[in-house]
Amino acid sequence: MTSVETSPGATAGQTTPGLWADLRGDGTAMTGVVFLVLLLLVAIFAPLIAPHDPEAQNIIARLKPPAWMDRGDWAHVLGTDHLGRDVLSRLIHGSRISLIVGAATVALAGGFGVLMGLTAGYVGGRTDNWISAVIDTQVAFPGLLLALMILAVVGPSTMTVIVVLALNGWMVYARVTRGVVLSLKHTAFVEAAGLLGCSTWRVMLRHLLPNLSAPLLTLATLEFARIVLAEAALSFLGLGVQPPATSWGLDVAQGKEYMFRAWWLVTFPGLAIALTVLAINLIATWLRVTSDPLEREKRFARRARPAR
Amino acid sequence: MSAPLLEVDGLEVEFLTRRGTVHAVRGISFDLGPATTMGLVGESGCGKSVTAMALMGLVDLPGRLKAGRVRWKGRDILNTEGDPATEAYRREVCGRDIAMIFQDPMTSLDPLFTIGAQIAEVLERHRGMSANAARTRATELLDLVQIPHPEDRVDQYPHEFSGGMRQRALIAMALAAEPDLLIADEPTTALDVTVQAGILDLLADLQARLGLSILMITHDLGVVARLCQRVAVMYAGEIAEEGAASRLLHAPEHPYSAGLLAATPRLMESGDRLSTIEGQPPDLRLPRTACAFRPRCANAVAACAQAPDLRPLPDGAGRLACHNPMRAAPRAEPRPTATATAAPARTQSPDAVQPLVRVEDLTVTFPVGKQRLFGPARTMTAVDGVSFEIYPGETLGLVGESGSGKTTTGRALLRAAPISSGRVTFDGQDVGAQDARALRRLRRDMQLIFQDPYSSLNPRMTIAQIVGEPLIVHGLERDPARLRARVEDLLGLVGLPADAADRHPHAFSGGQRQRVGIARALTLEPRLIIADEPVSALDVSIRAQVVNLMQDLQARLGLTYLFIAHDLAVVRHIADRVAIMQKGRIVEIGPVEQVYFDPQHPYTRSLLASVPEIDDSPGALTGT
Repeated sequence: MTSVETSPGATAGQTTPGLWADLRGDGTAMTGVVFLVLLLLVAIFAPLIAPHDPEAQNIIARLKPPAWMDRGDWAHVLGTDHLGRDVLSRLIHGSRISLIVGAATVALAGGFGVLMGLTAGYVGGRTDNWISAVIDTQVAFPGLLLALMILAVVGPSTMTVIVVLALNGWMVYARVTRGVVLSLKHTAFVEAAGLLGCSTWRVMLRHLLPNLSAPLLTLATLEFARIVLAEAALSFLGLGVQPPATSWGLDVAQGKEYMFRAWWLVTFPGLAIALTVLAINLIATWLRVTSDPLEREKRFARRARPAR
Repeated sequence: MSAPLLEVDGLEVEFLTRRGTVHAVRGISFDLGPATTMGLVGESGCGKSVTAMALMGLVDLPGRLKAGRVRWKGRDILNTEGDPATEAYRREVCGRDIAMIFQDPMTSLDPLFTIGAQIAEVLERHRGMSANAARTRATELLDLVQIPHPEDRVDQYPHEFSGGMRQRALIAMALAAEPDLLIADEPTTALDVTVQAGILDLLADLQARLGLSILMITHDLGVVARLCQRVAVMYAGEIAEEGAASRLLHAPEHPYSAGLLAATPRLMESGDRLSTIEGQPPDLRLPRTACAFRPRCANAVAACAQAPDLRPLPDGAGRLACHNPMRAAPRAEPRPTATATAAPARTQSPDAVQPLVRVEDLTVTFPVGKQRLFGPARTMTAVDGVSFEIYPGETLGLVGESGSGKTTTGRALLRAAPISSGRVTFDGQDVGAQDARALRRLRRDMQLIFQDPYSSLNPRMTIAQIVGEPLIVHGLERDPARLRARVEDLLGLVGLPADAADRHPHAFSGGQRQRVGIARALTLEPRLIIADEPVSALDVSIRAQVVNLMQDLQARLGLTYLFIAHDLAVVRHIADRVAIMQKGRIVEIGPVEQVYFDPQHPYTRSLLASVPEIDDSPGALTGT
């Protein structure tokens, strides 16, 4: 009998540094993660953190500037709006909407899109033609216009915003998934799974899906940033989240009337949107490099290389 | 010996990876004189290609040059000082005096420019020629590398060239600047045998006519024997042995060279088992302390705990890094020669037994291009009226070059390729007539082993999940403990430790992954195994291990094999009967001895003549 080959890999006694260690080595991505985690905590504990009720009006104390300016008041650190509502409190509560809409839309659009892409790519043939045709049609249709139409008919609410944004976003996932599946479909392990008797569902979910995680994770992160912006845009147009609920986009919309008299009304929610999107993009950049083995090795070598 | 062209002195290349620093090239030194062909031989991971890349200054992140220098005609072209003068000299020399050709002729040419334009670019850049002169010269060069109708071909694009012609075009491009040295990195590995033979002849001819030096990087000792005057055998980033090809290929002194030679299957020799080099190459992250080959070496002595230096042989005919070389002739007993054809047939007489598989007039056609709105799509016939039988317990070798339809034939047995016409019967059942459910049941008895051990295992699953999956999807084993026990049995059967079960494929080498692939194929206890090039992606020493394993399993489990391969020597070794395929048809079929020693079809003859072989006849010892 042939002898057993000695176990490789483990011989040097070293394992690959994990994702966490990799992240710690990357200052920029870490900044993004820290920001996002803080934001998440703020959103979860919003009622405990917020100094005021975001909907409480106080006409006497309306349009107060941030605390460090003349007429400022430490009771309203970031000032108040035209109805005397506390800007900081509205910002804190608004983060909830942004994150919920972002996460829910990504989950909905991603889930549906990936399923469509998997089916189109793996089953192929007529199914693929149909799904691809639907994707192409929807991509060709102006997204915001469709959203406005639906919202105008159905009536805006947080739930409809999520559904509408998902309806506009699933095609990207489907396309990316379909592309990767088409190239994976002909690799030997997928063919082997089929010949061994795995059902179509099993091949798609057990063999294809796990191998798609890297590009999809990066895509989902980027989409999340896009959704946060889209929600803000819809709310700004008055077709997103409806008052008295709060949202960053809504705050910007309501503040625009007072842009020249009270700059803080648009600046702080705008800044919150910008920073959140930036943080997510930083993470996406890191994810893209980390999920590509070659890029990851290059980055490692560049850092490890002793200065000459 | 005249002054060397190229001097490599203590070259060390390392790769900084997240799993530790890999010391890929560990201080190699050699000289290459003018008008010399030298082979740099070794298995994958031995550092031969990295050496070639380093010579051209092509080592890039994550790799870096750690130590050593390379001189061209006495002047540094590469060192670790990184001064601009050296850099400038290397840029001047590389491409003009040193040219390189790569393994893959498909990706080495720019698809957007004509062949002529790509050659002319070299001429204009390195020879300062005018556009017109360059074009004329490009045509001459294509003629030199024996491309027919060069005056037409010069204006064609790479996609209009076949693989062999592209490699010829690349050679023409490499020769355009009239280099003194040609570095060829596995130039024929991606090509068919008959095409490879043409390229090797061309290189030998050019070398003689132009007084070129060639540094041939290859894993194939047959290629070395056909082309090279000198050979350096590399192991684990070091040169193990260097010397004249005529001596090294017949009386190797390093146990690794000897093992490599013995593990190479020969076309005209039978023999029940291939000799193997047991074990695996060392981990290149570990520092060099003992002799790298020591754990796999039968000759190892106490002194081998010290790494041996590469010393000149006493007769000055080469260099050797070994404390206890092979003193005796490498082959104590002469191998059975061509005349000893009396090997007992391993099959029962075909008349007495029912065939397990009967293929009658099988044709497989594929639609080509987009389906048209009206009328049928254009089709391409991959398999064209093939008939053969496979008897229980035998191995039928199916040999052909790329595009011959051999893989499609194998797939059609499983109906993984469409059976367009004809009949495939497995154990009396018509494979083509089964409904989906019956086909699934039938496929349990026919399993496939894939060529590429890297892509055939799902990287996200553990070995236990991979090997056990067939039992789960067929609902044959639901109890996790019994499933686990079955998986461990199977792993033991293919010579893998039980603790392999919980690891992912990336933790294993190519040979080990192929064992996992075999274990998966055995899970359902099939009767027929269709092995599609199961060893062609593996190194010579590992290939021998896997071939032996397949033979052992056949004897133990009574398996029947359809062994699809392009490598005639391996098929010669494992098969009882062989079928030769060309352009979708079987041109010759018969017992191995008969087909190899008395080929009837001209194609079979040319195929056999194209295999680069190491000449074992005693007369060959007195070579150049």
